[in-house]
Amino acid sequence: MKKNIFSGHVDLDMFLPASDKEKEYMVQMRPSSTFFRDGVKRLYKNKVAFVSFLIILVIALSSILIPAFWPYSYETQLGVQPGKPVDASYNNLAPFEYGRTEQAKIDAGERVFPHIFGTDAAGRDYFIRVIYGTRVSLAVGLFASIIVLIIGMLIGSVSGYFGGKVDMVIMRFVDIIYSLPDMLMVILLSAVLKLTLKPLIAGTALESIGSNMISLFIVFALLYWVGMARLIRGQILSLREQEYVLSAQATGAKGRWIITKHLIPNCISVVIISSALQIPSAIFTESYLSFLGLGVNAPMPSLGSLASEALNGLTSYPYRLVIPAIVISLIVLSLNLFGDGLRDAFDPKLNQ
Amino acid sequence: MNSKMLLYIGKRIVLAIFTIWVVITVTFFVMHAVPGGPFVGEKATTPAVQAAMEAKYGLDKPLMVQYGTYLKDIVTKFDFGPSLKQRGRMVIDIISDGMRTSMKLGLLAAISSAIVGIVLGAIAALRRNKLIDRIVMVLTTAFVSMPSFIMGSLLLVLFAIKLQLLPANGSTSAGLVLPIVTLALYPMAYITRLTRSSMLDVLGQDYIRTARAKGVSGPRIIFGHALKNSLIPVLTYFGPMLAYIVTGSLVVEQIFAVPGIGRAFVSSITNRDYPMIMGTTIILAALIVIMNLVTDILYKVVDPRITLE
Repeated sequence: MKKNIFSGHVDLDMFLPASDKEKEYMVQMRPSSTFFRDGVKRLYKNKVAFVSFLIILVIALSSILIPAFWPYSYETQLGVQPGKPVDASYNNLAPFEYGRTEQAKIDAGERVFPHIFGTDAAGRDYFIRVIYGTRVSLAVGLFASIIVLIIGMLIGSVSGYFGGKVDMVIMRFVDIIYSLPDMLMVILLSAVLKLTLKPLIAGTALESIGSNMISLFIVFALLYWVGMARLIRGQILSLREQEYVLSAQATGAKGRWIITKHLIPNCISVVIISSALQIPSAIFTESYLSFLGLGVNAPMPSLGSLASEALNGLTSYPYRLVIPAIVISLIVLSLNLFGDGLRDAFDPKLNQ
Repeated sequence: MNSKMLLYIGKRIVLAIFTIWVVITVTFFVMHAVPGGPFVGEKATTPAVQAAMEAKYGLDKPLMVQYGTYLKDIVTKFDFGPSLKQRGRMVIDIISDGMRTSMKLGLLAAISSAIVGIVLGAIAALRRNKLIDRIVMVLTTAFVSMPSFIMGSLLLVLFAIKLQLLPANGSTSAGLVLPIVTLALYPMAYITRLTRSSMLDVLGQDYIRTARAKGVSGPRIIFGHALKNSLIPVLTYFGPMLAYIVTGSLVVEQIFAVPGIGRAFVSSITNRDYPMIMGTTIILAALIVIMNLVTDILYKVVDPRITLE
């Protein structure tokens, strides 16, 4: 179509459908990245967090796998054989020393698996006790933070979503528990629960876990959920004002659906991060209680109880304290650093 | 001090009193839920002797009556009843005896950790990313991730047993050095990190640049502007720090055999001295609650920018 350059007519060529070649030009070559994938990428680049993650992985895997093939078990007293007098030469062995019967076997040309960290005062292989203690401590930390997570999430999301009087009542309750001195309450409750639970669980499957550990979990369930509940409530309070919640409500969605499908998935990263940081604090608490004699039941070891048992022979066998001390510090330190890394990677609000 | 502030303080005081009441109630009922009562398991007691002892300590009355008496005695006479295991002594006397040593230990630990922490934190912030900053950060990270009883035992092995520099027994004043250091290391590390990060934050503010541009001298900027403002977040840590020192002293006193309230508490747990457990829990808890209250109020008074809820 001929056109006068000074006329105001629209150039119709500009409104033709795009050719295939032009369409191809607009296609984005890079696959779109999700929030999760971005976070993992950031985490991977954070060297400190990555190394901490590897350390945790190694410690966790070895605490799970090593007991499966290790020739000694954490509760066998090597000097005690049925029908024979107790062989005291197995007690308090230094690293890579052997008991009398083992030495005889070695002299006869047999191979005996070494006691890498020696044995303890009751003649139990110390290496496997440390490994097993690590497993117990990690399990306590993990379960405690899962309990805290579930209770905190439940109460926090209900309180945040419904607001009003429900929120008022729950939050006053949270305020009071929050201002209780937690450690003192933990000591008090564990001291009492230890005595109360023992007859209750005798003969059931729970007995093998031990009354002390159950009371530890109960204490965590009673006291430590408040921090998590507060965090989640705060998140939900800001999230429920978002447009997509309004639109869900407009289409007739009920409270439970909105909480589980919209609100919780959107605050999940914050929740995971603070649960990760909860694990070291649970391990700390357990070791503290073990020291006061309120930790896991004997003969089950935990890192805390190993360290506090080591205090009795501190002058002669200081390495028995140093080993669990190093493992505890390593676990707590790497979990803390990894948690910080997670927060940096997954909490975009902090990146500003 | 406006009316809003007074209202806030009033509300906090009410909450604190309520919390202490909750602590007393929880402690009382939890302790009385233990099966068997305190005299079961004692050697050579006939039922008649047990009944007589329970009558003497008022344990035969209904639970609510016992609770009423217990609460009334605390409020009116500050009386926590007699100790069951240390015959003839009142709980409050044992506690105040132990408090004298524990107070000294706790206060010295708090003061030294605050001073060292603030100085180290400020130095680390001013020498950011230099060698000294790195060293401080690595050390404090290590201190924060080690339980106090392990730290205490390691110090005991190193200084008292291997090097023989300091006594291991904490009942003399020279013997208090190691417990104080043990107790102070964690809060010191925490305060250092807190001071460093808040100091870095303040150093980036516009008013510091303005002061520099005006030609204010370096030390004046650091002490007059930066340090003063960066200590406000540090102030909030004093409540939790006291809570840490109180609970930390339980194990530290045990390790170093310091004759304080913490050791009395731990031994009362092992030998089931119920009134002693209750009394110590309540007094320590009240101490922590009151310190938290003071910290919160102080925080609001010092920094007027903080909005009151």
